[in-house]
Amino acid sequence: MDLSLTSEQEALRAEVRAWLQANMPREWTRRVMASSDVPRPEAYDFLRTWQRQMYEAGWIGLTWPREYGGRGLSFVEELVVHQEIALAKAPPILNILGVGMAGPTIIAYGTDEQKRRYVSKILSCEEIWCQGYSEPNSGSDLASLQTRAVKDGEYWVINGQKVWTSLAHVADFMMLLARTDPNAPKHKGITYFLLDMRLPGVTVKPLRQLTGDAEFNEVFLDNVRVHGSQVLGGVDNGWAVGLTTLMYERLALGFGLQVRLRITLDGLVELARKMEKNGRALTHDPVMRQKLAQLWIDTEALKYTGARGITKLLRGQMPGPEASAGKMIWVDTHQRIQELAMEIEGPYAQLTPGSDWAVDGGMWQYTFLRSRANSIEGGTTEIQKNIIGERVLGLPKD
Amino acid sequence: MNFGFSEEQELLRATARKFFENECTSTFVRDRMAEPAGVTDDFWTKLAEQGWLGLVYPEEYGGTGLGFVDLTVLMEEMGRASMPGPFFSTVLLGGLAVLEAGSAAQKKEWVAKVAAGQAKIALAWTEPNARWDAAGVTVTAREAGGAFTLSGTKLFVLDAHLADAIVVVARTRESARPEEGITMFLVPRNASGLDVKLLPTMDQTRKQCEVTCKDVRVPADAIVGSKDSGWAPLQRVIDRATVGLAAEMCGGAQRVLDMTTEYAKIRVAFGRPIGAYQGVKHRAADMLVEVENAKSLTYYAAWAVDENSPEAPLAVSMAKAYVSDAFRRIAGAGIQLHGGIGFTWEHDLHLYFKRAKNSEFTFGDATYHRERVAQLIQL
Ligand SMILES: Cc1cc2nc3c(=O)[nH]c(=O)nc-3n(C[C@H](O)[C@H](O)[C@H](O)COP(=O)(O)OP(=O)(O)OC[C@H]3O[C@@H](n4cnc5c(N)ncnc54)[C@H](O)[C@@H]3O)c2cc1C
Repeated sequence: MDLSLTSEQEALRAEVRAWLQANMPREWTRRVMASSDVPRPEAYDFLRTWQRQMYEAGWIGLTWPREYGGRGLSFVEELVVHQEIALAKAPPILNILGVGMAGPTIIAYGTDEQKRRYVSKILSCEEIWCQGYSEPNSGSDLASLQTRAVKDGEYWVINGQKVWTSLAHVADFMMLLARTDPNAPKHKGITYFLLDMRLPGVTVKPLRQLTGDAEFNEVFLDNVRVHGSQVLGGVDNGWAVGLTTLMYERLALGFGLQVRLRITLDGLVELARKMEKNGRALTHDPVMRQKLAQLWIDTEALKYTGARGITKLLRGQMPGPEASAGKMIWVDTHQRIQELAMEIEGPYAQLTPGSDWAVDGGMWQYTFLRSRANSIEGGTTEIQKNIIGERVLGLPKD
Repeated sequence: MNFGFSEEQELLRATARKFFENECTSTFVRDRMAEPAGVTDDFWTKLAEQGWLGLVYPEEYGGTGLGFVDLTVLMEEMGRASMPGPFFSTVLLGGLAVLEAGSAAQKKEWVAKVAAGQAKIALAWTEPNARWDAAGVTVTAREAGGAFTLSGTKLFVLDAHLADAIVVVARTRESARPEEGITMFLVPRNASGLDVKLLPTMDQTRKQCEVTCKDVRVPADAIVGSKDSGWAPLQRVIDRATVGLAAEMCGGAQRVLDMTTEYAKIRVAFGRPIGAYQGVKHRAADMLVEVENAKSLTYYAAWAVDENSPEAPLAVSMAKAYVSDAFRRIAGAGIQLHGGIGFTWEHDLHLYFKRAKNSEFTFGDATYHRERVAQLIQL
């Protein structure tokens, strides 16, 4: 057991830190909420440029193969860079679904042609990706999806509807799951397509979320003709390919978000220092100290549970169902941090941006509301518990 | 970076698991619960032969010279077996105190004997005031003519009834700062005026005593470390012992989870194994998450202690706070998910449930350690 870094890794840390110090956009913290993990609509253009800069400096795709724009490094380097990004409170990556999911999945299943065509443009943010899994009648029970793809010569003709599709309104491509064999058992007849969002028949309608923002959308697919070369990982093999994506999604959550969690927690402690109750700072209140310390402990626990997961990866094991545990811990801890922010603000928690009385310009109100989605997006907490129960503990299916 | 166990450590785990499965069966544990000693000479000798009594002691004192990460592996297995006896109290409290602060002569005399299984040393620290801070130390040691006279009562002292000697933590000087003026003394168990009374305890696998000092006279060379400045070394001992305790708790928690999942696969209700019901499955998933986090924090604490990291006290308190709550909840959930059978004396679950309660209050419960975390992160 050794948690120390090699001198090369320490050098990488110093390098990324210096780069961030020199290049961090100063107006960022003022313009958009510093502690938000979610790219907010008004910042998309800015975030596109930011990701491009990050890519050109070599801070994205560290573990991806060199020939596709990556650096061929290990997860430790990736973690180091994530830590520094979080410490600097740098802006989030806009093409997060591409970097976190589409890219790794294409690298794992794609043909050489597909890898050459898509992978590096994901990193550079030249092409933004969205994830077309959920449908109006299938969310948790994803394998029941009904979007149909019917073979027509070299093409597939696709009809159906996707929903809750984050970033579809700015996306160039979609990771699309569609049913190619309606007669096969439900997990068997699904195919994974790389869908060009500009094809005729693709219609995107933004949906407003409870935060007021519209990050996700409905996507209607009406006789969309997709060429056979856009199938990823083989016809009717979409379930296995799609699960790989989900595993990477949860892994990406574990990496990126644990470090951001710590930053959010630091912000919470600052908040508690400056808010008073009955004439004294909340950090002097014994009950509040207990709650803050517990969140600190939980955040650290996630860090070291993550480190054990990374060690497994470094020893050549694949990300497995354990990633579900990491996602669950992150969700729970983050939601409790956001709840506590509201408790600390007390009656001021009711005020949103626009009021001079709003604490920290009302930024915690947005992050608090946004955190409600955490236990739904990327697979609900109930589903994660099923996965842990069945695939880690070996309990019978329900 | 590597946050996993080595091949040697995995081998130690396999060896230990097999050893305890053979030597520390449920029947053995229950026999020890029923009698005051809580250990047999035969079992203790076997632990010594395995080299486990001196695992973390330096080779010059008859030990193996391994670290706390190695110890973590061993103690997880001890916890899994709900092992009775004075391993924790002798090896990680009394013995470690002498090793940490003792003179060359004391170390030579005692540490090697502990490692060889020839002597047991208890640590008498906590008192009826049930405090874990320095102000809780009120037993006095008055100096007169080059000797000291100890008076007062120690409570919750693990295995003092088995000890050949007891390290007694006493106050040699009143001071505005309670951390000052604390001294450790190595007192022979048969010293005149020293009375040890076994306490009836909920967890019968771990014996506790009341230790009363009525004008117990000891010479100056009974001091372990230096006069008036015993608090710092004591804290170091407690922090390291707490890592071992947390590891033992993780092992117990894992065992409860294992028993519960096995049972949930075979127990049928309404025509299906109960593990198919989400009320059961999701609770088991919650247990797993807590076990994993508990281990992660414990391993980190063990590593920090081995590295002498300045973060070690924080790491230890994070671990003990988390594990205290986790083991208690997991053991409770284990009973719940077993139904009636889980509430019987015959089933082993209650051994873990009771051990969880004992361990929770050994050297600081979650509330105490969370406040210590708050202080250490400068809240
Ligand atoms: C902010 C946000 C962004 C999203 N982005 C995307 C995206 O980009 N692409 C995409 O494809 N999807 C996206 N989603 C959709 C998300 O993956 C689904 O909402 C999620 O999988 C749940 O599906 P559902 O909404 O249909 O709920 P349902 O599946 O109908 O679930 C409703 C409730 O029932 C529970 N439930 C369902 N089945 C079970 C079961 N077997 N056992 C126990 N409880 C069960 C669920 O946990 C939940 O509480 C996003 C969602 C949100 C909130």
